[in-house]
Amino acid sequence: MPVKFEVNGKPVEVEVEPRLTLADCLRHHLRLTGTHVGCEHGVCGSCTVLVDGAAVRSCLLLAVQADGAKVVTVEGLSLEEGLTPLQASFRKHHALQCGFCTPGMITTAHALLSEEPDCDADRVREVLSGNLCRCTGYISIVEAVLDARAAYKRDGNGA
Amino acid sequence: MRTAFVGQPIERLEDFRFVRGRGQYVDDLARKDMLHAAILRSAVAHGRIRAIDVSRAKKVAGVHAVITAADLGDRIPLVPMRLQPMPEFEAFGQPVMALDKVRYVGEALAMVLADSAGVAEDALGTIEVDIEPLPAIANWQSAAKNETLLFEHKGSNVTMKFRATLGDADAAFKNAPYTRRERFSTQRHTALPMEPRGLLAEWAAASGRLTLSGAAKVLFANRRILAKQLGLAVDAIDMVEYDVGGSFGARGEFYPEDFLIPFAARHVGRPVKWTEDRREHLMTMNHAREAACDVEIACARDGTILGLRGHGFVDMGAYMRTNGAVGARNIAQFMSGPYRVPNIDLDVSLLLTNKTPVGTYRGPGRFETDFFRERLLDMAARDLGIDQVEFRRRNLVREAEMPYRVATIAPFESKDELDSGDYQVTLERCLAEFGWAEKGKLKGKLIDGRYHGLAVCCFIEGGAAGPKESARLVLETDGTLTVYMGSSGVGQGLETAFAQIAADAMDMPMDRINHVFHGSTAYVSDGYGSYHSRSIVMGGSAVLDAAAKLRAAMSAEAARRLNCGSAEVVLADGRATAPDGKSVSWAELAPEPLSVEGAFSNHKHTWAYGAHAAHVAVDPKTGAVALIDYVAVENCGRMINPLTLKGQLVGAVVQGLGGAFMEHLAYDDNGQLLTGSLADYLIPTASDFPKIRGFVMESHPSPINPLGAKGAGEGGIISVGGVIANAVADALSSFGVEPRDLPLSPSRVWQLVQDARK
Repeated sequence: MPVKFEVNGKPVEVEVEPRLTLADCLRHHLRLTGTHVGCEHGVCGSCTVLVDGAAVRSCLLLAVQADGAKVVTVEGLSLEEGLTPLQASFRKHHALQCGFCTPGMITTAHALLSEEPDCDADRVREVLSGNLCRCTGYISIVEAVLDARAAYKRDGNGA
Repeated sequence: MRTAFVGQPIERLEDFRFVRGRGQYVDDLARKDMLHAAILRSAVAHGRIRAIDVSRAKKVAGVHAVITAADLGDRIPLVPMRLQPMPEFEAFGQPVMALDKVRYVGEALAMVLADSAGVAEDALGTIEVDIEPLPAIANWQSAAKNETLLFEHKGSNVTMKFRATLGDADAAFKNAPYTRRERFSTQRHTALPMEPRGLLAEWAAASGRLTLSGAAKVLFANRRILAKQLGLAVDAIDMVEYDVGGSFGARGEFYPEDFLIPFAARHVGRPVKWTEDRREHLMTMNHAREAACDVEIACARDGTILGLRGHGFVDMGAYMRTNGAVGARNIAQFMSGPYRVPNIDLDVSLLLTNKTPVGTYRGPGRFETDFFRERLLDMAARDLGIDQVEFRRRNLVREAEMPYRVATIAPFESKDELDSGDYQVTLERCLAEFGWAEKGKLKGKLIDGRYHGLAVCCFIEGGAAGPKESARLVLETDGTLTVYMGSSGVGQGLETAFAQIAADAMDMPMDRINHVFHGSTAYVSDGYGSYHSRSIVMGGSAVLDAAAKLRAAMSAEAARRLNCGSAEVVLADGRATAPDGKSVSWAELAPEPLSVEGAFSNHKHTWAYGAHAAHVAVDPKTGAVALIDYVAVENCGRMINPLTLKGQLVGAVVQGLGGAFMEHLAYDDNGQLLTGSLADYLIPTASDFPKIRGFVMESHPSPINPLGAKGAGEGGIISVGGVIANAVADALSSFGVEPRDLPLSPSRVWQLVQDARK
């Protein structure tokens, strides 16, 4: 069936099976492979994208449910050249190793900081506790997100 | 060697693609006419296959082929042993697809190739399997009885017994004034990289070439295995790595699918992709760590360790896989750890059960054996009335004793010696950073309903497995440098580290290095990959060799052009300069790309070392253990990049905390995996362990490689089980609680308190 929604600011129209997840639609139909699939049962958070501004698991959402929505993926939170303050902070704090969970961490942190640029370390940990990372032990990820708060306070959207 | 970049906390080059979602992992790949594979897995732990009927599956629209063992030819290939390839293990190898018997839940029975992964999975549901169930062996204790056999013709479920010996243990125990024997165990858990396994195989019929994307860790070794199994020449296969979402030892070993997917691509003449789901991952990727040990220590009254002896038992799962023997071997050989234990006699039996086969997971055998040893040391120290820190100080191997010979292992004899270092220094640094003296008053104290406990443990980490690694440096026509490695990247940041080493070795800026290529069998003549904390030591040393050769070639070319001796040429700042001041640019030295290959060969091991300390608070009413503080100190001989090194250390600690507290691949008595999702198999999250502090030192370079580096990817995990259990014992010392088994889940700790109160 046809689905129309907006991805990273651009309107898209895709013909999908009703059972296709939003994650698979983004990855394999729209070739936005920055969104990763780590568990397909909503636990690991690697597939987190923004749907109408909220961080959601794209493996638990069907593509047809995104009809009419505004979807933003990690690609949509990236610049053509260089890094956003949040991405630069991840790099500075060595908040990633293999990089597989990173897009989900970036989208989740972006949603948090956009809403709560004054959040404290406990709040960051609470929100990120839905995103699994096997490499870093999370300490550096929490530091990176806290360090990026200034950009969101200043500019509102971290850009 | 210049050190402008080596030793600096340089932000990673890899990150530019990863933080923007531009990494490229194997499931991101797509090819024209690509088919998708899905694999039917046994739901029965042990049984005889009567029939597999795939006729309905073949008729499903969109299905192109269904493959069972019957389609694989007369001889079903076995997964071979890559490490410790002893003939004794061969009969216990895993067929790439089950033919007459199934031996664990998750074993491959059939494979469907279809237009989409969804259709392939739909078709799996139409396959009818008739399996006659046999009694399942769900633990090593049952296996040891040999009443039910996994391999009837072998007559035993014991595949091997390793024995580690040093000195004369019997004599030492006979005369010892103090001995204590204990039984400890560690639970089955697994590496769990966040990226599931995947493969994309492409067969070019006209040229007879196979390309396998999604390879990882040991590409060249796997290529040799696959070539033999497919009857191809080794150089008819290209293995390509792409970005790898973590390995930790488990990913990249040769699994049944590493044969099945290439076979399928050749079978149908189209590209075939397979990506496992997480349930499949949990029941098919190597498990690890399930071991028990009856171990006895002998000491003098002053706490001097006189000997260790005992018997270990490792649950191997259903088959001997590529590196499955490593953990068991390490339990035996490295139980003495960083301590001077003059008399050792430890044997470890490898027992088959109807569970997923095991392989290495970061710190294989070391996590287990350090838990056994460090628990026993704290018990002995308490018995002898010696402070737990002082007990360790007295027994650590001294710098003057280096190199220090450890126990010899047999069969597949291996002798080893600790290379260098001052183990007292890392212990004292750990205590200082932790604030051991100030926190001492908290030991065993009840504060606001929680008992506080402290512990410190020491460890060694082996690294730098030989025999060799290769690197190729290419001076490009524009004077820039391209680096090609035989090492494999599995997420640790090798591109950055090798760029640092190459830039310093070539005396050039890092931004004149185009790229560090790794992870393809096409880049260098021979490569050995990433395991045993070997990449920096072996690959980095190979870069030094290649750089020396490239500089010699550049000097010779410059000498020819500048009419001077090649030894007189100075290569710096992108120019080659003669004594008379005439010079040519590096670009001019390479009218064609100038390529040289270097290598480093080594048969000794490096030994990084250090200490971990933990502060816990235990709620006796719930059994919940809160980690208040954790300090890990590791001396790695020479730091290449302190930022990424500390990342390895802290990340490994948290993985270890998962093993100490929560991770458990639980099975029922029928051999059914009970923890087949991430909702059941728990790993640490961001809110579990907020305070972990890592410190890296480099005071004692390794004498066995030109970098002076020691492998340092695993030291963060080795001590964790032991130090956490000792801290919990310390907290609950007023109850006399002695944890002997991991994980220390709330229910287990609560039960220990209840039992102690009886």
